[in-house]
Amino acid sequence: MSVIGAYARALAVRTGFAQPVASVRHIHLAEAPLVLVPLRMAGEANAPLAAMAGTDELSGTLLVVPQPRDRDLRFAFAGLLGDLLLGYVERCAAAGSEPVKPPRTPRQPAGRPLPDSLLSGSPSSSPGGAGGAAVAAGPEGTAGAADGDLRADEDALAAAEATGPERFLDAPQVLVPNRAGVEFARLFGRSTRFRSTLGEYAVPAGVPLLGRWLTFLAQRAEHPGSSALVAMTEALTLHWATGQSALEDANLAALMAWIDPPDGLSGPEAARLAEDPRTWPPAGPTTDPQFDNRVLAPAIAAYDEAIALLREQAGLAGAPDPLLADPDVIDSRFRAADLGAARVWPGAPDAPVQSWLRARDEVERAVRGQIEPTWRLMWRAVRRLRELPDAASVPRRWEQDRTRFTSYYAYLRDEDGGLPQARRDGAVAAARRLAVLERELAAYEADQAFDDPLVLANQRVTGDAFVGTVVAAERDRRIANERGTLVTRPLVEVVTVDPVRLPIGTKVCSPARVGQTGVIMSLEPAADGLLVSLELSGGMGRAKVPPPGSVPDMDEVISYTSVLPDGAFSAALPAPEDTPWTHGGPPTPYEPTDGDAEETWA
Amino acid sequence: MRHEGKTEARLSRIRGSEPPRRHNARTIAALTSNPGCARRAVLDAAGVDKERLAERVGFPAAFGQSRFAIVRGNAFERQVKADGCAELLRLLRDLLALDLRDAAYTDLGADGSGEGLDARHVAARERLTRAPGGEDGEGNPGGEGNPDGALFDHPLLRLEVAGQAVYLEPDLVAFQHGGAFHVVEIKSFPVIDGQADAEKVAAAAVQSAVYVLALRRLLGRDDAVSHEVVLVCPKDFSNVPVAVRLDVRRQLIVLEHQLARLTRIDTLLDALPDDLALDLGQDGAGTPVMAVDALTAALGRVTARYAPGCLSTCELAFFCRREASGRTAALGIGVREELGGVETVAEALGLAHGTATPDDDQAESAAMLRTTARVYAEALGAMPETPAGGAAG
Repeated sequence: MSVIGAYARALAVRTGFAQPVASVRHIHLAEAPLVLVPLRMAGEANAPLAAMAGTDELSGTLLVVPQPRDRDLRFAFAGLLGDLLLGYVERCAAAGSEPVKPPRTPRQPAGRPLPDSLLSGSPSSSPGGAGGAAVAAGPEGTAGAADGDLRADEDALAAAEATGPERFLDAPQVLVPNRAGVEFARLFGRSTRFRSTLGEYAVPAGVPLLGRWLTFLAQRAEHPGSSALVAMTEALTLHWATGQSALEDANLAALMAWIDPPDGLSGPEAARLAEDPRTWPPAGPTTDPQFDNRVLAPAIAAYDEAIALLREQAGLAGAPDPLLADPDVIDSRFRAADLGAARVWPGAPDAPVQSWLRARDEVERAVRGQIEPTWRLMWRAVRRLRELPDAASVPRRWEQDRTRFTSYYAYLRDEDGGLPQARRDGAVAAARRLAVLERELAAYEADQAFDDPLVLANQRVTGDAFVGTVVAAERDRRIANERGTLVTRPLVEVVTVDPVRLPIGTKVCSPARVGQTGVIMSLEPAADGLLVSLELSGGMGRAKVPPPGSVPDMDEVISYTSVLPDGAFSAALPAPEDTPWTHGGPPTPYEPTDGDAEETWA
Repeated sequence: MRHEGKTEARLSRIRGSEPPRRHNARTIAALTSNPGCARRAVLDAAGVDKERLAERVGFPAAFGQSRFAIVRGNAFERQVKADGCAELLRLLRDLLALDLRDAAYTDLGADGSGEGLDARHVAARERLTRAPGGEDGEGNPGGEGNPDGALFDHPLLRLEVAGQAVYLEPDLVAFQHGGAFHVVEIKSFPVIDGQADAEKVAAAAVQSAVYVLALRRLLGRDDAVSHEVVLVCPKDFSNVPVAVRLDVRRQLIVLEHQLARLTRIDTLLDALPDDLALDLGQDGAGTPVMAVDALTAALGRVTARYAPGCLSTCELAFFCRREASGRTAALGIGVREELGGVETVAEALGLAHGTATPDDDQAESAAMLRTTARVYAEALGAMPETPAGGAAG
């Protein structure tokens, strides 16, 4: 909890409404993101009960598994969800691509350029192993990809290399209600990606692909700053502080109640109502136990009975089992006449078929009542987030998501590629992954402060940043550097009332003048605060006297921070093939086994 | 102890006409969260039914368990224990190097003869102490021909909690050859690729620690029961069980501390008014002994220490949350710390906006809060006013 966040919470308590802790949107928000609300059955190992998914609030697809313990129905569900997600992935891929500039070329993305220090400090200049340098990526993308988190990702790079330096203009963005929804995606990906479409335990074609894509998304979700798979509660709390605790914020309905309460209600009043599972069903994936016991369990039991009756009748009539893995049964759009049972057993007596369909519809009706409020809530939250303008560095971070999407897409299509992601990281991959995540987190935090005065405010309170007025500027100051050459090093003096806690010699940067760094030369108490004098370098052209405007002017209000995107630079790790014996030697590539595909899913 | 009778009487007066609520492993485990809460300590010691109390005062907590979870849990336990724990024996053999013979399985569960809990406990006690690790069976652990190991199903243990005997039934207790007893806990949450839900593992660890403690007390020796319990869960997405060791030393320390505290409840009781009562009972005519207002007022006389974490563990949490509204702690410990540790939101904002005068201890926090407020307002000034914020002023 940041100090600004805590203060904003206190204000929210007093005002009864959520208070902003960001003035721009720090995550990318696609024009038509795929909203996914999953539900699972309590007690089971991530057994799906239902999912509502779609890129448009008015045309969401509801998939309901009338008996979540039935293995065939689960895979039928996975098949249909797979069709949905893969369709979305293909649409993203079909949106066109752009040529990728070769690495090492500093780009000038919308908003602000990267500080030189980031470019030179980032491992993009020396991508380890995997020959990542030629991959479809700018410096950032290469940095992330070269240190790939899983074996398959490194392979993905190799594959992408072959496809040419192109990057998709779009990438999938999946929004789930909460952190548990991300975990559902991860586990559902894990339970489906190893399945085989051939052999004894064959599953529908889309199932293993769904698993790979869900795993890809869940892995992206671990990367700070990625917007590929986003938990809505986390996206919201990044931008608003409520008058309740973080624990209570994990309830999407209660969180939205503070941010966007219904007319006539204050945040706390609306939040209390939202906490009642009868008014606002939980956003899942776990359903309300009372709903389970009172509504769902009887409905599923009735379905089981109807099925048993149907099978019995079919058995008597000598017809084949009318329910042999018929996926249609879980797609709410299909009605009786479309269903496979009618095809498999044309002369089926009407009564048992009808009672089975009624039982199916009853489960669906019950689940719909639980899932639809969250579905609408998700879209309300999307609209609320959309009101905020993009932060300056959002396009650059989204570009990284697009880069990873492009290379993974190519990897799946590659002849030698398409292996499912390994169950666990090897030691080497884990170390690399951790290093990447740490660097990304530091860069993301620095980016946010650069893009947003409300985030920078945190650093001002802690004394890591300050805002002040320029009271003196010596634009044409020239000094001799260590080689004796005269260089332009303007001096500015800034008066600030912020509690600066930076030692002399600290390197600082201003969001208003990226590319120009300042070094604190002195700190002296002044009449109304603190006088900070800074020696500037960079970002002022090559002229002996920097052109006006390239250096802060008198009376300009300017902010400086010591938290820089390259702050978390750590020593490069050796390439995988150079892993020393102390760390197990070079890792062996991951090969999925047949056993993986046959793993039971009870 | 001299005070024991007096304390008992006092607690029973608080509880009134109702029988004390029995603890179980779950409720004992819950004692370890928020140990600083006096309200909870007093209610638990007195054996007041917190769930009903919360309902009576208008703040019912929804602590239901889904039927699906219960069914699955029972089915998995049955499966693991089927055929005299055949599957479990195989797992334990690998995990504990337990050389078990089929004959070593003993079911100490209720045999339908209707014997009471006491009798079952005595039987279990007898059987467990006769095992080589017990106080009577010194034996020579390494020797040939000794019983190498044993599994005891449904042993009924007993633990003193706040002066009350609580009966506990661990899933299983295993005796390891030449070593000690291990508590075996069967849970139905999955271990996927070697990882399980951290929250569920934590809960299982505390619950197992309760059994370890009870078994240690029963055997009279701490080293007779290992601090490593065995957790048996379904592997990945299957029904195949997998066993892992779980170190519960930390949980044991917390638990022992908390149980000791319950027996030292006098200190807390001394601070309470003498006529304090929270009687949930009814008189002969079916009318409640205490009206809602009286119950609420009585609850208010016992100080609570609400924290957001209570919402997931304590039945009274909604009541306490309402009571704590306006307090910084209700927003989370972290928020309270960031706000300089001041007690209420009003106070924090007062210091931040300069409308309250800080005392000497608060000078530093106040300065920080003033900076925060100024910086926040400045940063906010750069962005358009939000409708909600504007409406609230």
